[in-house]
Amino acid sequence: MTDRDAELLEQTWRDPPGFFGWFCAINHKTIAKRFMVTTFIFFVLAGTLALVMRLQLARPDGHVVGPDLYDQMFTMHGSTMMFLFAVPVMQAVAVYLVPLMVGARSVAFPRMNAFAWWIFTFGGIMLYVAFFCNVGPDAGWFAYVPLSGPQYSPGKRVDMWAQMITFTELSGLMEAIIIICTILKMRAPGMTLNRMPLYVWTMLATSFMVLFALPAVMLSSTALICDRLIGTHFFNPGEGGDALLWQHLFWFFGHPEVYLIFIPPLGFMSSIIATFSRRPVVGYPAMVLAVIATAFLAFGLWVHHMFATNLPDLGKTFFTAASLMIAIPSSVQIFCWIATLGSGKVNIKTPLLFVLAFFVILVAGGLTGLMLASVSLDVQLHDTFFVVAHLHYVLFGGGVFPLFGAFYFWFPKFTGRMLSERLGRWQFWLFFIGFNVTFFPMHILGLQGMTRRIYTYPAQMGWEGMNMTATIGSFMIAISVLIFIVNVLKSRRHGALAGPNPWGAGTLEWSTASPPPAGNFELAPVVHGRYPLWQEAPAPTHVTGLANGDREVLVTTVADALPDHRMTLPSPSPWPFWSAVATTILFIGSIFTPWAVVWGSVPVAIAATCWFWPKRNEAERRRRVEVHP
Amino acid sequence: MTAHIVAAGAPFQDALRPFGVQAAHIGALWNFTLGLCTLVFLAIVAACLVALWRAPRAHADTVPDVSSLARAESRIHRRVGWAVGISSLGLLALLAADVFTSRALARLPLKGAVNITLIGHQWWWEARYRDEDVSREFSTANELHIPVGRPVIVTLLSNDVIHSLWIPNLQGKKDLIPGRTATLHLRADKPGVYRGQCAEFCGLEHALMALQVMAEPSERYEAWAARQRQPAPEPATELTKRGRQVFLGTTCVMCHTIAGTTAGAGLGPDLTHLAGRQTIAAGMFPNNRGHLAGWIADPQALKPGVNMPANSLPPDDLQALLAYLETLK
Repeated sequence: MTDRDAELLEQTWRDPPGFFGWFCAINHKTIAKRFMVTTFIFFVLAGTLALVMRLQLARPDGHVVGPDLYDQMFTMHGSTMMFLFAVPVMQAVAVYLVPLMVGARSVAFPRMNAFAWWIFTFGGIMLYVAFFCNVGPDAGWFAYVPLSGPQYSPGKRVDMWAQMITFTELSGLMEAIIIICTILKMRAPGMTLNRMPLYVWTMLATSFMVLFALPAVMLSSTALICDRLIGTHFFNPGEGGDALLWQHLFWFFGHPEVYLIFIPPLGFMSSIIATFSRRPVVGYPAMVLAVIATAFLAFGLWVHHMFATNLPDLGKTFFTAASLMIAIPSSVQIFCWIATLGSGKVNIKTPLLFVLAFFVILVAGGLTGLMLASVSLDVQLHDTFFVVAHLHYVLFGGGVFPLFGAFYFWFPKFTGRMLSERLGRWQFWLFFIGFNVTFFPMHILGLQGMTRRIYTYPAQMGWEGMNMTATIGSFMIAISVLIFIVNVLKSRRHGALAGPNPWGAGTLEWSTASPPPAGNFELAPVVHGRYPLWQEAPAPTHVTGLANGDREVLVTTVADALPDHRMTLPSPSPWPFWSAVATTILFIGSIFTPWAVVWGSVPVAIAATCWFWPKRNEAERRRRVEVHP
Repeated sequence: MTAHIVAAGAPFQDALRPFGVQAAHIGALWNFTLGLCTLVFLAIVAACLVALWRAPRAHADTVPDVSSLARAESRIHRRVGWAVGISSLGLLALLAADVFTSRALARLPLKGAVNITLIGHQWWWEARYRDEDVSREFSTANELHIPVGRPVIVTLLSNDVIHSLWIPNLQGKKDLIPGRTATLHLRADKPGVYRGQCAEFCGLEHALMALQVMAEPSERYEAWAARQRQPAPEPATELTKRGRQVFLGTTCVMCHTIAGTTAGAGLGPDLTHLAGRQTIAAGMFPNNRGHLAGWIADPQALKPGVNMPANSLPPDDLQALLAYLETLK
């Protein structure tokens, strides 16, 4: 490829420059970076709320905040971490990595990708504006009815929560569609399903889970909004509704959601462990099947959040069995990774350290999960600090630790520079120790009778020692996150130059420059094995025949990735932004009046029409090129 | 730490110290599960450390070993298979233990049981002691008395939002869900004061919604129950007479019941035998004159958001009211 071709390709795929160009950007890497930064800001905000809550609980009869603010804070903490950080951050990383890993120039539906980020950001901003105006939701991130219903939560607080769900779930569903289409139809020729990187498998499984899980919560939150705003009675037992219906719908989403957070990191683990033990992961088919099995079983566990209700006991036992069963695919993966480490040659670097923490923290969290799976044990442990400890062990061990590992691993790809190894180790050890100091005592607190979501407790309970310990630990975590921020800000400008493949990894994203050019690859690759950079590649090594001057991509078949046809992706446009603005007006307006749904849909329709308006000149030009190449 | 609580006279609230047969079953299951899970945890961490320790060191330039892509590593696969098989057996053991425990919990003999209907309110507990003879029924609040060694059937209802009854020393928790009726079977096998707390987030004062369970020998329980069935005693002194007048003549009467008087409202706790209870405000404050006075004058200061309004009584009236309430043994 000549320099002129490369320049042309760069121009074709680049986002428009300037202030207005910023609103038109659709390149998947641009959007993914914005998405990652946005979710990280929400992570820091929710973490700050957690610190205030820890200060309040450090001493008995604490007076740092009152019950009203405390209730808003734990609701915001949970809602932010689940809806504005943990699930979207995994999708954000995927939007960056998946096209690079499968050898594509872009995600499918790049404009929708931009729209998804805008709508997500607007929803998150709405929630925090509401919180800072003292209209923050206060019925818990799970918003059980009737507490969250019109009678016991008057005002607009819970409406803000329910509408935030609408925003984020809309965004999440669109991202899932984008990722599925990218994976199934845009893989480089030769990348059969059997050669797909394990991370891509995890994202495929996660995205299908999103398609089935998120509609349940959108349905339930919409029913809640209807109960609150237009007097329906879905959840009102007095009018034939049912309070437990909410819990079924919410947990039918809520339990798979844990796996939406947990499965993508399984892919991070596989990428990082393979690279740092210098060999492919043991048992590729077993790993893939384990991920798919986890994704299926995750939908059969929701009732273990409801063991304290009066559902039939025999029925509950089935959910105990299902909850225990999901440990089997997890154990398959854990043993395969340990076997990979044991039979490889290990290069211990910061990304691997974060991944190794998984084997302590996630395993501990998984085992306490087995305890919660038992009906009889759960009735003692449910809604106590034991559960707080358990869920943080699972979500940190299975989510946040591998995520930080992934960030250290792929940061060179994102920016072209390495993160500081020294600061990384400081961050890791502070994080690891601080995490355990914070959350381990909570197991014991829960067994000693400390229930969840209490803003204070009397001195006579004897809980203050361990609560103080937990508070100290939480500040260690905070310092560790600060070190991470410093590391990122410093290394972004002054870190060591990375080069295309600083870790000697084997998957496609490392074959291109760091950071990648706008079109990802100068020459669209052809794949001959699971680890293309580690294996000898016979000819052909790349795809020819795609126009560099157009946003042309190759669409391949689902299973075998045989070249199928060419497709031209849309160009940058301000209309995803304006559509998101119009949708936001509709959503927020409908909190205050049902008529907003009617009148608000007019601007949405106009913006969407402009979005899809065909460009005659471009179509004409392309037709000419096609007919007279 | 537990010794300290006992020494301070504080009640028990600890799932690891069962004082009833149901909690003891769960405690045994806990010990088994904890033991098995600890073993598994140590085994996995050890396997991971051994793998790291045995593997030779490498760096980013080390040539990757891709031989496994060409031929199956049957020895490694066999080992992984064994590990998964053993884990699955462990899971089966946990399932069996859970099923047996559930069965044991369901088989508590219920002959001669005490029947209590417990109704959750934001943020207090209403208890109605049931009897085949309706005239022997009575109500109390935030304090259950139960006979040691006799089973208790607690029927759980809610008047507003979802609450959850949890008395960890006696039994696991059960939700009180509006529109549904749940039951909880328990038995205290040792006398003592056991503290329970609402476990399901129920709004602003969820943290301050506790209850006391007094497990007493049978005869003391019967004596207590007999006392509860009596109406409130007639005030004997001028002061207490005036106190009753204050009670019946101000807003108190609009929410509370005192059996034997014209006060018969059901929005707040039944006060017929208030002075016999150890705590006020759903287990939060000791029931003494100071706390009671503070509570009546300004409940919002002690429990912000509670559904009881402030009562700005003249000091004389307040003292008379307190004197009267203290006679309601």
